[in-house]
Parts: sequence; structure tokens; C-alpha cells
Amino acid sequence: MRFRIYRYDPEQDQKPYMKEYDVALEPSDRMLLDALVRIKASDDSLSLRRSCREGVCGSDAMNINGKNGLACITPLVELKEPVELRPLPGLPVIRDLIVDMSQFFKQYHSIKPYLQNSDPLPEKERLQSPTDREELDGLYECILCACCSTSCPSFWWNPDKFVGPAGLLAAYRFIADSRDQATNDRLDDLEDPYRLFRCHSIMNCVDVCPKGLNPTRAIGRIKEIMIKRMV
Amino acid sequence: MVKRIPVGAHYGLRDWLVQRVTAVVMASYSILMFLVVLVQRPSHYGAWKSLFTSQPMRLASLLFLLSIFWHAWIGVRDILMDYVKPTGVRLAMQVGVVLLLAAYSLWSVQILWSIQ
Repeated sequence: MRFRIYRYDPEQDQKPYMKEYDVALEPSDRMLLDALVRIKASDDSLSLRRSCREGVCGSDAMNINGKNGLACITPLVELKEPVELRPLPGLPVIRDLIVDMSQFFKQYHSIKPYLQNSDPLPEKERLQSPTDREELDGLYECILCACCSTSCPSFWWNPDKFVGPAGLLAAYRFIADSRDQATNDRLDDLEDPYRLFRCHSIMNCVDVCPKGLNPTRAIGRIKEIMIKRMV
Repeated sequence: MVKRIPVGAHYGLRDWLVQRVTAVVMASYSILMFLVVLVQRPSHYGAWKSLFTSQPMRLASLLFLLSIFWHAWIGVRDILMDYVKPTGVRLAMQVGVVLLLAAYSLWSVQILWSIQ
């Protein structure tokens, strides 16, 4: 199977280039990551992140034939040859397929992604009704792979100011949590022309999310709650 | 000076809402105009003139134009926020756009009410 992979080692290369690979696959090679591991075995200078190899850790997000996704859960049979692999767009490249995710995590941290509740701690745990718990479905599953935020032009342009789809999905995850008491502070923090309202609902995030989540809907819900608060 | 990226302007929802509401106004007016032309079929100058001299039509047209201007303000401001980085230049351009749109609004009133 033929591949074209983005290569860039800032210590050696003047500028990035695309390197061609032709690998013989074994019948057990089903996912793109299997092929990448095989390529790495023959050319160990190729750098990429991977860990769980089953779509849970979010390490091996990359741009696959022009669309962001996780290499470990992308079946090889669905890919058109030559398979063109590039690092996630919009983030600084550290080397080859590895990008610097600092900006992405900075935005994630800015929404305070933890439960805020000032009530005294109960003996065991803070309980939720099954209905309240259901509110979190489609929100808590995010693995922070950055496929969504790095496919968003608003995030490309203002990564330092726009929270991005992943961060906003996480923000809504805590706004929607019946145990969280900081809803007003969270809404105040997002009431900003850059932080939230740079989203123009083009839904690239929904298109690429490897977990099938819908950040655009979460962003819409945040706006709904803001309207409820204002009107 | 410390290089900071300040965010948290505490506005945005109103503009977002305004953009939706003005869009509805513009769409409604467009459909209304289409229907009026379809039904009345104004074929000569006099018919067009009488169409636009009625008070409800004047008000509807004014509402439509003000919606365009308000909608345009938010859109143009967003573009300036994305492409004009120096704060002073951006502020000056934003003020320019606001003044221009305000002038357009007054001009619209003058035009609409000048049809006798």
C-alpha cells in the first residue's frame, strides 16, 4: 500500500517535505495505525504519537487524506491510495506527525474543566438522578484528540482567543452537570465575542469527531442558556 | 509592558441574537416584496411610486434597511477583528463603519420619505 507522509525535523530539514512509502501489509493489518507501525519498523526516523491503539487515548490524531481522524480506528480498506498523512492542521509541528498541543490544552484549561460545588462533601459521593446523568451523554466521551479544534477555521485563526469546539463541548459538559454550581461564572466567562461567538456553526467539528460527538449542538445549548438568562 | 492576550469582553450574545433577528426581518421583507410584486404586478412608474408611498410600505422598507445596516455592522466588525490587528487602526475603522452606517440610516429615511 502506498503512502505519502509529511516529514519535518526542524533540526535537520530546511522545510517540510512529503516522503513516499510503499509497504507490504499483512492480513492482520486492519487499521491505519497498523500500517504506520509497519512503516516505522522500516524507517525509524518517522515520528508519531500513539498509545492505546483503540481510539481511547486520542494520541494518534492526524490529517488523513485531508480529513482529521484517529489512525488507530481508521480502517485501511476505506482509504484511497496514496494515503496522504499530515500533522493536525493549525498547530506548530514539533516533528513529522507530532504537533505542539499547548495552545489546545490551554483553551481546555481556561474553561475550568472540573466540577465546582461548594456544598460540604457528602459521606460517599454527590448523587445524580438518572435523568440528570443522561444530560452528560454525548459530552463526557470526548478524548481531547484535537481533531475537531484543528479542523475549525475559527480556531486556526484565533487559537489564542477562541476556545474551540473541544473546549466548548467540555464547557457545556460542566454547565449541563446537575452537581456543578458555577453555571453563572461559566456563562460569564464565555460571554465574549472571541471565546464563544467566533463559532459560526460550520460544523467541521461534527464532521471529523472520531467519537461521533456534536460540539456544534453543545455550543448551541450554551447560547440557549445564555438567552434564557438574558431574556 | 507584559504581553497578554486579554479576553472576556462580556458581550457577544446580544450581537449574535441581533444577527439572527435582523436576518429574519430581511428574509420576511424579501418574501413580502416578492409576493407584492407577484400580486400587484406594478408595470409602470406610477404603480411603483404608489406602492412605495404607502406608510406601511415605507416603515417596512425602513425596518429592512436598518436591519441590513445593523447586520452589516456585526459582520464587518467580525472581519475587522480577524484581519486588522493593531488596536488603534481597528478602533478607527470600526468607528468609521459605525458612522457610515449611521449616515446610511438617515439617508434611507430621507430617500423613503422623499417619494411623494
